[in-house]
Amino acid sequence: MALKPVHVGQPIKRREDPRLIRGLATYTDDLKLHGTLHAAFVRSQYAAGRIVRIDAKAALGMPGVAGVFGYDALRGQVGPAPCTAILPDMAHVPYPLLADGRVLYVGQPVAVVVARDRYQARDAALAVEVEIEDRPPVVDLESALAPGAPKVYDELASNVCWHQKPEPNPELDRRFAEADGVISLRLVNQRVAPVPMEPRAIVAHWDDGPQKLTLWSSTQTPHGAKQQVAVCLGIPEHRIRVIAPEVGGGFGCKIPTYAEECLLPWLSRRLRRPIKWAETRSENLLATTHGRGHVETVEAAYRSDGKVTALRGRTVADMGAFASMLGPAIPTFTHLLACGPYAIEAVSWEIVDVYTNTMATEAYRGAGRPEAAYIVERVMDAVARALDLDRVAVRRRNLLTKDVFPYTTPTGAVYDSGDYETAVGKALQGFDWDGARAACERRRAAGELVGLGVATFTEICGLGPSSGASELDRRGTWESAELRVEPTGAVTVMTGASPHGQGQETAFAQLVADAFGIGLDDVTVVHGDTDVVTHGVGTFGSRGLVVGGTAVYMAIQKLVAKAKRIAAHKFKTSEERIELADGFFTQPGAEWRLSWAEVAMAAHLWNDPVPGEEPGLEAVARFEPPGTTFPFGVHLCQVAIDRDTGEIALERFLSVDDVGHVVNPLLADGQRLGGIVQGLGQAWCEEVRYDEAGQLLTGGFTDYTMPRAAMFPRVELDWACTPSPLNPLGAKGIGELGTIGATPCFVSAVLDALAPLGVTHLDMPLRPEKVWRAIQAAGEAR
Amino acid sequence: MKIRVQVNGQLEEADVPPRLLLVHWLREDLGLTGTHIGCETSLCGACTIHLDGRAVKSCTLFAVQADGGSVKTIEAMGEADALHPLQAGFWEAHGLQCGYCTPGMIMSAAQLLEENPDPSEAEIRHAIEGNICRCTGYQQIVDAIQHAAKQVRESGA
Repeated sequence: MALKPVHVGQPIKRREDPRLIRGLATYTDDLKLHGTLHAAFVRSQYAAGRIVRIDAKAALGMPGVAGVFGYDALRGQVGPAPCTAILPDMAHVPYPLLADGRVLYVGQPVAVVVARDRYQARDAALAVEVEIEDRPPVVDLESALAPGAPKVYDELASNVCWHQKPEPNPELDRRFAEADGVISLRLVNQRVAPVPMEPRAIVAHWDDGPQKLTLWSSTQTPHGAKQQVAVCLGIPEHRIRVIAPEVGGGFGCKIPTYAEECLLPWLSRRLRRPIKWAETRSENLLATTHGRGHVETVEAAYRSDGKVTALRGRTVADMGAFASMLGPAIPTFTHLLACGPYAIEAVSWEIVDVYTNTMATEAYRGAGRPEAAYIVERVMDAVARALDLDRVAVRRRNLLTKDVFPYTTPTGAVYDSGDYETAVGKALQGFDWDGARAACERRRAAGELVGLGVATFTEICGLGPSSGASELDRRGTWESAELRVEPTGAVTVMTGASPHGQGQETAFAQLVADAFGIGLDDVTVVHGDTDVVTHGVGTFGSRGLVVGGTAVYMAIQKLVAKAKRIAAHKFKTSEERIELADGFFTQPGAEWRLSWAEVAMAAHLWNDPVPGEEPGLEAVARFEPPGTTFPFGVHLCQVAIDRDTGEIALERFLSVDDVGHVVNPLLADGQRLGGIVQGLGQAWCEEVRYDEAGQLLTGGFTDYTMPRAAMFPRVELDWACTPSPLNPLGAKGIGELGTIGATPCFVSAVLDALAPLGVTHLDMPLRPEKVWRAIQAAGEAR
Repeated sequence: MKIRVQVNGQLEEADVPPRLLLVHWLREDLGLTGTHIGCETSLCGACTIHLDGRAVKSCTLFAVQADGGSVKTIEAMGEADALHPLQAGFWEAHGLQCGYCTPGMIMSAAQLLEENPDPSEAEIRHAIEGNICRCTGYQQIVDAIQHAAKQVRESGA
């Protein structure tokens, strides 16, 4: 990296934090606009049925109520909720902003009530009578594919949303025919809820003077929301300003633009008042997108030395009741990453996206890659068990070697760089794997149920190039940065990578401060306002630094080039001779030097104009990723299981990760630690469940089990590093690796602990009851 | 109903509906939006404040229940140039990411340190079981609280 690292690479504490630790940050629900009315939604109590009548008479007579609106009020005025992942030959029914005569899942908005305060709005919502003639829903994913199953959409041939048929593959068939053995697994990657601590929140203000909409929304993609709301409501996009103020977490569920984000602007324009809606937690679990929800079957062909030669997989993915913005495309990442970090030579994959009468699924931290890693890691463990080989040895037998990069997988992914074996060695040594193994054996001999887990994994980050983008997306996979320089040399960075906790205000300031030799306090990073940051994409898919940071880097280079031209003019030399270091422009062999601040002042004063240049100092850049990056990680852990209760104690967890160059190790550790616990949450306790009638059983934190502090030991962390050649920062992305590696690692350890009892398979989440039953069943079988 | 409550050292008198939640009174009537709402069921702890010196969840108390009492919220914990040791600890140790759970975490941790100035890691983890964080995985929150505890002990405060 060309930047001189004063701040880059250092554990700089965050510049976002002073406002957050003092309670002075402004989240969407903290906004208070004069005349604001509050919205509350009437949601379907049934998973499937026909709306017979909506009677709002009682509600309209209640104190403070300004209006009650159903689909009839919207008809012909608005488009459907945005969906950008309309795949070829997909069976797609546009999803209306309010239920249009039929309900598709419990929690679907049927009507919206607007009142003076939120208490009045909720009271009135309860008073709206909705009569629904219900019918049998289809809730279970696999049952939805059975002949004669109830259909979510009568007008479609079946519940299949999209089907990727496996291509004929003689090479694959040959490998299976020649294999020493074949294992097959059926794996459930259960539906989970993203649960950002800040639920969704929206304020919409249509200003009828300038005919302009301002929409504050807790979103990961303010520019996306601007484009999608424009399409849905037919408001020209230059008359829409979207602001993502402080955003309290996202994890994927705040990527899509929701029906509610389109409805509130419509209401504001209709009622000429600002409208606010802050989602309750029960609404969040009902009607904010879920993640995962796959059932996978996989066959693996292997040789007697542990080498896996071919995979044949089938993903059945639960779309829920409608195609969310990205949902239908997410299983394609499971296919793309099916080989993980292994040199598996042939793969075929079938994908069946299925509609059910449940909330829609969408990207959730990892989005398709955790499912892929879970499958191939369970395959590695199963092959080791079948051959009675060590699980680490089987992985080492299959890992790609460092001389193969860039490496094209049989699924078409191009891995940028890696040295997996070095990272594995570092992890095993850090964990003292052999010592831990021996200690486990001693404890087993004493009657304990203890086990070790291992996962080695890769993932795809910093998505690009934009060639896959369609007009539905309204934008490609690039990211933007704009740098504005004050006469003092202070810099304002405008980034399109609008963060929601990741710390771009700090990391991007580190890049800029080092480039110009200025202090962090001389840099301000602005984001999340589409009137200020003219174009952008957002923060998701571990792209903040990889794509957004690179755009900042490119804008820096443009500023440096202009600054050199200014200095060259002043000292009558050529720009090629000028060097920039420690904030000073110099020329080797010459006496002069010019500070960054002096150049900035010269650029603004312009009293000595530079021929061919414009006054001022600012730069705009967009980085279009030429390809995708592939971080690598090794996760190891140790568990002990209480034989009498089935409770699992996680005793150790170690993570060694290769994300390329790290700009801020303190923040990078935060990303890893948070992701690991989130991944362990899926493996251990989290699950969204519906009953047969499609009623949500996990509608609050009493039933939806969140990971809590006392469940976890101190996670041990270390780094490996093979920089990405695809961006000048050498960064690979870090946001999602925790939920990709930790989940299979934990399951691997639990199954290892139960192996002496003959237990070879359990599906997540591994709650005490499930583990206890497995222990009991094993005891009875003896 | 008429209530009189000391809020962050200042007497507030108000006439509130009996069903108005304490958190809504603080946030919407007094503008103290540092206290957040994460679940409305007292399970996530984002709304934790101090009422009469005890950490309580303000989403499941009515404003009238605070009548005659004394409330302290995150806004009164420290100033820009005089942060509370816990605020400083969370900043130093990267004990927050999105920041939404942070005020509640700090208020819960403050009660812990009052009762136990030298908590072990296990004691810290147990003490914040009523506060959910989705971003950090809790480890850097533990570091933050340990950092603060050390600072308090060393300053003899």
